[in-house]
Amino acid sequence: MPIRVAHQRTQMTLLLTALVAVSLVSLLVGAGEVGPLRSLAALAGTQDSDASFVVWQLRAPRTLIGIAVGMALGVAGALLQAVSRNPLAEPGLLGVSAGAAFAVALTLVMGASAATLRISVAQLGALVGCLCVLSVTRVRGVGSDPVRLVLAGAAFSGLLGSLTSLMLLYDQRAADEIRFWVIGSLAGRRLDDLAAMLPSMLVAAVAVVLMARPLAALALGERAASGLGHHPGLIRWCVVACVALLVGGATAMAGPIAFVGLVVPFVARAMAGPDIRRTLWFCLSIGPLMVLAADMIARVAVAPSELPIGVLTALCGAPVLVAVVRARRLPSL
Amino acid sequence: MMQVEPSPTLATDALDLSYGTRRVIASLGVSLPSGQVTAIVGPNGCGKSTLLSGLARLHKPDKGAVLLSGEDIQRLPGRELARKLALLPQEAVAPEGLTVSELIRFGRQPHQGWLRQWSAEDQQVVEHALHAAGLEALAERPLEALSGGQRQRAWIAMTIAQQTPLLLLDEPTSALDLGHQIEVFELVRHLASQGRTVVMVLHDLASACRYADYLIALNDGQIVAQGAPAAIVTPALVRALYQVDCTLITDPDTGSPLLANVRRACS
Repeated sequence: MPIRVAHQRTQMTLLLTALVAVSLVSLLVGAGEVGPLRSLAALAGTQDSDASFVVWQLRAPRTLIGIAVGMALGVAGALLQAVSRNPLAEPGLLGVSAGAAFAVALTLVMGASAATLRISVAQLGALVGCLCVLSVTRVRGVGSDPVRLVLAGAAFSGLLGSLTSLMLLYDQRAADEIRFWVIGSLAGRRLDDLAAMLPSMLVAAVAVVLMARPLAALALGERAASGLGHHPGLIRWCVVACVALLVGGATAMAGPIAFVGLVVPFVARAMAGPDIRRTLWFCLSIGPLMVLAADMIARVAVAPSELPIGVLTALCGAPVLVAVVRARRLPSL
Repeated sequence: MMQVEPSPTLATDALDLSYGTRRVIASLGVSLPSGQVTAIVGPNGCGKSTLLSGLARLHKPDKGAVLLSGEDIQRLPGRELARKLALLPQEAVAPEGLTVSELIRFGRQPHQGWLRQWSAEDQQVVEHALHAAGLEALAERPLEALSGGQRQRAWIAMTIAQQTPLLLLDEPTSALDLGHQIEVFELVRHLASQGRTVVMVLHDLASACRYADYLIALNDGQIVAQGAPAAIVTPALVRALYQVDCTLITDPDTGSPLLANVRRACS
């Protein structure tokens, strides 16, 4: 055990260093004309109003939001996987993000303006999506087979996605307002969006800390967890609420981004071992790392235009999905 | 020597348990002898595992109650119950990579709280549980690297770390070969010798006779016989439970009943 802990401390230090480095680079590079050197000068405080506008008003919020979205999606993925005991349970794949996006699109079509109630509507949508998914796991035969759950989730996601597209097809104004948002992107987000998201993240963080011990015990099975004095049903409801807060918030800021909730806990588990309490800590650094890295590539790969970030997370997530399915250790989570 | 508080009594009062509309246990009243090993036996589907779930509060009664020292367990807070009564579910699975000592540490959860994080005492209890289960050498091994018997002993060690006077085991030996079964049963006897009350569901009547002090024979959700194995096990009971005929002889070493010449009952 001490060996594992010491090893993990080193890994954690490396991850945090990498995160600081990636955040810094994220301030320096972009699709526009302000290159790394000018950005660095602006960071150092030279009078270059263009560059400092780009760095402080565009890239800094974008970086912070990327960090928040990464944390939220990584942690939500780990939580969802812990309660469904399914390493493939991922908010993006299972329709939780799609539920959030659908709810936002629906309110837009019904006349609301995008910014105001986006977060709470998205969270509500995520909650409904989450409940649909988990009730599917209750259906005989589906819950015990991780792959079938993902199939059900994919079908649900697809359905909501096409309904969302259909609504936007009929409503030009809504379509203009959220065209970029609906494919998932960190471009053009403002700090206000992040500020609106923070309370939810705090609430979820407190809830997760309070639930840490029973959540870990749930890995031994519901009956064993009950035997240790926990209430698995209650824990499941709290987790669903947290996932809805986190995924809804993240989706409201950045649109539906798939695979982050799959890849991040997968990597975190490989580093942290089977205890969800350690896994969650690792998710907090790996999530932002993945989102920021994907966002940077999205900015520079086809400069001067940008790729949607979801394309890159999918590129990185699909192989992980295949690897998890092929590893044949699914039921043991 | 591990400290175990004086055993509280566990009993049921007119207990009804069902799955949906199907009544599995009907109006069952039983008192489990303190400080002894009780085995619940009976044919498949007779309700023995359901009864154990009811005793552990995993199954909410329709009517009646499970009484722990006279108090309805439905009224006890979860953590308090888990400090009095430990449960090992059937075919418990641990996440891959979990080590023996990590598993045993879970047993301390009912004793931890917001103001009471991991303590030196917890560590000591874990080490004691490792010792009691004979797993010191394997403490840092992942569970999947152990034999079936060792793995089951590790799970029992987790319940030992819970430091409860009552221990409920659901078919603790069902997937084990004979040698590994003996490992587990000897550990169970050792735990009872320290004053614990152990209740286990067993499908094997022979090992129940050998290792239990008290048998509860269940058929169709009703108790058909209860008492010391030597006192209650008769060819008629075996026939009533399992539809087999047998000859009973007495184990010359232990005095417990042995089933010989077991064959399908000719009706």
